[in-house]
Amino acid sequence: MKAALLIDFGSTYTKLRAVDVDGASILGAGQGPSTVGTDITIGMRAALADLERHIGPLPSFAYRFACSSAAGGLRMVTVGLVRELTAEAARQAALGAGARLVGTFAYRLTAADVSRIEALAPDILLLAGGTDGGNSEVILHNAAALGGSRVACPIVLAGNRSAMDECRDRLAGRDVIVTDNVMPEFNVLDIEPARAAIRDVFIGRIVHAKGIDRAQAMFDRVLMPTPAAVMEGARLLADGCDGLAGLGSLLVVDPGGATTDVHSVASGEPREAGVIPQGLPEPRVKRTVEGDLGMRHNIAAIAETAGVGNIATESGLTESRVLELIDELNTDVGRVPASPEEEALDRALARAAVRLAVKRHAGTVQTIYTVSGPAIVQRGKDLTDVHVVIGTGGALAHSPDPAAILETALADAADPFSLRPRAPRLLLDREYILFACGLLAEVEPRQALALGLAHLTPLQKEIRDERTVRT
Amino acid sequence: MAHKTLVTGVIGSDTHIVGNRILSMALEKAGYKVVALGALTPAEEFVKAAVETAADAILVSSLYGQGELDCRGFRDLCVEAGLEDIMIYIGGNLVVGKQTWEEVERRFVAMGFDRAFPPGTRTDDVLRILAQDFAARAQNASEGPIARRPPP
Repeated sequence: MKAALLIDFGSTYTKLRAVDVDGASILGAGQGPSTVGTDITIGMRAALADLERHIGPLPSFAYRFACSSAAGGLRMVTVGLVRELTAEAARQAALGAGARLVGTFAYRLTAADVSRIEALAPDILLLAGGTDGGNSEVILHNAAALGGSRVACPIVLAGNRSAMDECRDRLAGRDVIVTDNVMPEFNVLDIEPARAAIRDVFIGRIVHAKGIDRAQAMFDRVLMPTPAAVMEGARLLADGCDGLAGLGSLLVVDPGGATTDVHSVASGEPREAGVIPQGLPEPRVKRTVEGDLGMRHNIAAIAETAGVGNIATESGLTESRVLELIDELNTDVGRVPASPEEEALDRALARAAVRLAVKRHAGTVQTIYTVSGPAIVQRGKDLTDVHVVIGTGGALAHSPDPAAILETALADAADPFSLRPRAPRLLLDREYILFACGLLAEVEPRQALALGLAHLTPLQKEIRDERTVRT
Repeated sequence: MAHKTLVTGVIGSDTHIVGNRILSMALEKAGYKVVALGALTPAEEFVKAAVETAADAILVSSLYGQGELDCRGFRDLCVEAGLEDIMIYIGGNLVVGKQTWEEVERRFVAMGFDRAFPPGTRTDDVLRILAQDFAARAQNASEGPIARRPPP
């Protein structure tokens, strides 16, 4: 048997999955605390001991790969020129690399912006601006501003090609990595090279800086940040690999403790002829992160965004009781729901988080009236025909009724302008296998895909279109 | 000329793309780098594209008679974005009703457009005038500070 050990150094837990690669099955799981703050090996040892308790003596592992979101994750700042253009492209590249964005800046950096970046002390800064041969003045200004600052992190340069040499000069003495422009031509996105560069910096420098490599004897390599591993898993499950078909276009929703992440693997182009796409082209593999929709760390923000009244109605609690519970959970972020009241509240919060996060991720259509008649304009991705929606993360995996939560990702008749999935299959990542698929895909894509396909649980959803179906 | 970048597009809720596409093709053939935004382009998008690509001129088309409304404040948007000296042209069926071209042209120049072109303008004429205007600007620049356009 060829066994693999997949490790997620998370912010709260160190999670292990031992898998049988040839049999594409899970051998067992182990969990320990996250101890990056002190010594990462303590948590890792605890997790290995836990795994051993479940499956007996550990086999020798052919692969031991890790991903990490510990020590604050991969904290990044992005800088671009026009907010909707290169600044947005830079944001997309950083999110696609699995980063946690702590600051996004556009246009010329002011002295106040530079002090803010210094205070944020990101792990990596991505500097973009200008199409190739386009504006170079602003990126040069920003390079000089950063060159004269106390910002010490590695800087990935992905702006106007014509300005790269001079930017490098202005950043002399810094750790600078030059890669291709995130927007080489107006409205053309090319974020893969920047993503790859960010990942290289993560593996080469950040893993060490965060002390993750102290556990080096216990694994082979840290491959990527955890969100990137989930994204790679999603990409593999959607596209398949040679000899094994994938699931087709899909959406992954992860309502987590601090944020709600949404990944889509779908072209997102207009479904109907005559719909005019507007704005920046969308990456086929896209990740969005909702920083105000966290089930614990941002619990108050969810309630505020969704409306305390709505949360109360959904959970069947009174508004004052909702506020009381939120206060308690806000100070006790590690708490899992214990009473029926808390379960009801968590369900309502998760439903709100999934609904809002997917609504923000999906595109919209709008009818505008022209002299030659109405025209339909689309912004963002059309996800109405997405085949599969996958729910992952603790809030869904531990919920007694995950279908009720995941359902809120679907299109809503009351909101016809939002292009959310209409009739996808709902799958639950009950075993938290997505990250493991993404890591294993590096070496054994076919087996990684088989593993994912075998361990996603189908969820029954209400048949709501019943009345409109003619028999 | 090979290094000049131009932004083209049809402004407002106007879907008439054909003339603008012919113009864009002619400009490209003449050696310009053309950033073609196509139909239904809001004024702000012209300006954002021009900032990011460091464009030398913006060529706005308007065919449906609402050009005057759509173009109001266009020069101000450019100034706001730091493009005070960018050359801006407008052309097409700019107004509805019986109005003399001289009157229409005067109005659009007063709005801050460097030139306005009547319906039926040939691409050759646009190319010739564009080359002239760029040459004149280069001349001005070499002679000293750019002479500001006189107020209308």
